[in-house]
Amino acid sequence: MDAIMLQEKLVERLLCPRVRTSRQKEKQYVGFATLPNQVHRKSVKKGFDFTLMVAGESGMGKSTLVNSLFLTDLYKDRKLLNAEERINQTVEIIKHTVDIEEKGVKLKLTIVDTPGFGDAVNNNECWKPITDYIDQQFEQYFRDESGLNRKNIQDNRVHCCLYFIPPFGHGLRPVDVEFMKALHEKVNVVPLIAKADCLTPSEIKKLKDRVRDEIERFGIKVYQFPECDSDEDEEFKQLDKELKECCPFAVIGSNTVVEARGQRVRGRLYPWGIVEVENQSHCDFVKLRNILIRSHMHDLKDVTCDVHYENYRAQCIQDMTSKLTQDNRMESPIPMLPLPTPDVETDRLIKMKDEELARMQEMLNKMQQQIHDGKDQ
Amino acid sequence: MTTSDVAQGDKNARPLSLSGHVGFDSLPHQLVNKSTCQGFCFNILCIGETGIGKSTLMDTLFNTNFENFESSHFEPKVKLRAQTYDLQESNVRLKLTIVNTVGFGDQMNKQESYQHVVDYIDTQFESYLQEELKIKRSLHNYHDSRIHACLYFIAPSGHSLKSLDLVTMKKLDSKVNIIPVIAKADTISKSELHKFKIKIMSELVSNGVQIYQFPTDDETVSKINTAMNGILPFAVVGSSEEVKIGNKMVKARQYPWGVVQVENENHCDFVKLREMLICVNMEDLREQTHTRHYELYRRCKLEEMGFTDTNPESKPVSLQETYEAKRHEFLGDLQRREEEMRQMFVQRVKEKETELKEAERELQGKFEQLKRLHSEEKSKLDEKRRSLEDEINTFSKKKTATELLQGQSFNTNANLKKDKDRKNSGFM
Repeated sequence: MDAIMLQEKLVERLLCPRVRTSRQKEKQYVGFATLPNQVHRKSVKKGFDFTLMVAGESGMGKSTLVNSLFLTDLYKDRKLLNAEERINQTVEIIKHTVDIEEKGVKLKLTIVDTPGFGDAVNNNECWKPITDYIDQQFEQYFRDESGLNRKNIQDNRVHCCLYFIPPFGHGLRPVDVEFMKALHEKVNVVPLIAKADCLTPSEIKKLKDRVRDEIERFGIKVYQFPECDSDEDEEFKQLDKELKECCPFAVIGSNTVVEARGQRVRGRLYPWGIVEVENQSHCDFVKLRNILIRSHMHDLKDVTCDVHYENYRAQCIQDMTSKLTQDNRMESPIPMLPLPTPDVETDRLIKMKDEELARMQEMLNKMQQQIHDGKDQ
Repeated sequence: MTTSDVAQGDKNARPLSLSGHVGFDSLPHQLVNKSTCQGFCFNILCIGETGIGKSTLMDTLFNTNFENFESSHFEPKVKLRAQTYDLQESNVRLKLTIVNTVGFGDQMNKQESYQHVVDYIDTQFESYLQEELKIKRSLHNYHDSRIHACLYFIAPSGHSLKSLDLVTMKKLDSKVNIIPVIAKADTISKSELHKFKIKIMSELVSNGVQIYQFPTDDETVSKINTAMNGILPFAVVGSSEEVKIGNKMVKARQYPWGVVQVENENHCDFVKLREMLICVNMEDLREQTHTRHYELYRRCKLEEMGFTDTNPESKPVSLQETYEAKRHEFLGDLQRREEEMRQMFVQRVKEKETELKEAERELQGKFEQLKRLHSEEKSKLDEKRRSLEDEINTFSKKKTATELLQGQSFNTNANLKKDKDRKNSGFM
């Protein structure tokens, strides 16, 4: 509503001539204060996309939480494996893509699921398929970005990874630490305490403190919420501080509606009471939803683009150049451009260099022979 | 008396009816008195992930506070920690040993996890076997450390068993009485729990895991046991804290949305577990351990060592004969090895001798060579000396000759001068 009114005012001002009195010093009106509205308009037209990865052992409530967050049913026909089948299971990557719309804003949501993580008996390097997948998305974006036709680049990079920590232990386990360490420089990791309805409030606090300590001790760089500006009001700052202290969020998910205190709410029904998912004193689901969707979704995308992707890109280019200079000591006849398909190109270059080297060697041998003959004579 | 005679004796025993009260119906009481004086012994093994609630459940079951400390998640291997306590209720004394796993399920590679548990159980069986085989044994005083019951704690994921659970239970089902329990059951709602239990039992059955079945052959307890067999695995909640409900303090967990009462049968199966494990079937668990699991272990172990019940001609062989045969074999083996060692020793000595001889010869050769060189040098020197002497001689001869010549020439010079002077003076 405001946008439309503002638009009208702008049109008015542009069409009617401005009256300027020499006495009054009116502020010069230029009109770029409407830029935010233009951005808003364009983005609504373009639509948004977001890729969310969920990782954790099976039975942690990942699917239920995702369904609760986005209020849809993403996992319609899911087949769960038996324990016997999971003994030697490898990690798979499954993508679910849905288009959802709210108040004219379209969101293309991709959920990347990782069934089989941590389920096998031997879990050495079980995160490898996941890191490979993330790297693949980066590589593809890198190639698209460096290509000639950049009109329709699809951004499949993973913007956020929700990691589910089981609440049954005393803190982080080795598999949790290894996973987060393998991923913290590739994607925004947001740790969550799953199935928090098995912990009393004091136990939750103890576990959160423990997990925070261990995250710091092991040097895991989880996603940090950006500091709010100093000119925001106190209430906002207080909320922001509370939010930061709440990390990792203790969540409960549910898609079933139960009747509690005369209202119909989403929750879990127990003989001893009803856990309400959206009750802030029961769990941190609301906080997670606000952070993830309502306030920081775009920031997550920005950090992925500006930090993780740039790191990947710099590393990639560095690797390529070091590989090439290792192969030839002489000037390379091919200029160092960001190659669209690095692997094939470098292979070809390597072959060329090898041939050159072989030729050089032959010439050297011939010269030596000549010298030798000359000496004999 | 052979076994066949005794069997015939049984067939010939005819039932008699008593005409009065004899009094041997007090035999069970005598037995009970004796065992009460002796005290009972019970060993429980709790297997489960770190932090799943094993120690808390033990505290709740036995209504005491065993000193427990939290283990870390970063143990490199699975360990077992055993603690023994003396408990007393009415006038019955119980020596309770609780064995907990430490670090189970925490490692990245859990393929070896079950092995430590299996080894521990086997060690307890082994020590009992050793005691049994001793010559002078004191079984009535022996502190039986064999595991009577194993509580396997299943994490409440709500879907199914974990792969580690399946692998471990398969390895343990023939060694110990396994009672699976669902830990931290206050995170599963009633409907989910029903499905979860069915899934677990079907997985266990389809993989051939034999968990402990409460005995149904005794009429007094068969009804309740059959009912309980259908409720396995028990979904338990443990708590050492007390909450005031109504006007009583009960063991419970306080949540913002309600209070989970541990001893409320609507909330969890804790009461059923306590009844089954302690009140009704404790003795049966001990018996099963001794007659089934321990016997199986003993048989396997003795067969491994080479003992059989029948020798190759299918005639029953007593332990003594087999023992004699084994001993003979063992001694023969020892002798053979001694011989071998002796031979090896002799050979080594010979080798050493030849080596030394070689060295001696070499040394000798060197010595002779040196001597030759020395004499050559000497002769050379002699020659040189002779030639030098010759030279000296010739030189001295020459010297005398020149001296003589010099003397003569002087004389002639003097004569010449005289002549010259005469000539000169003559002219004048």
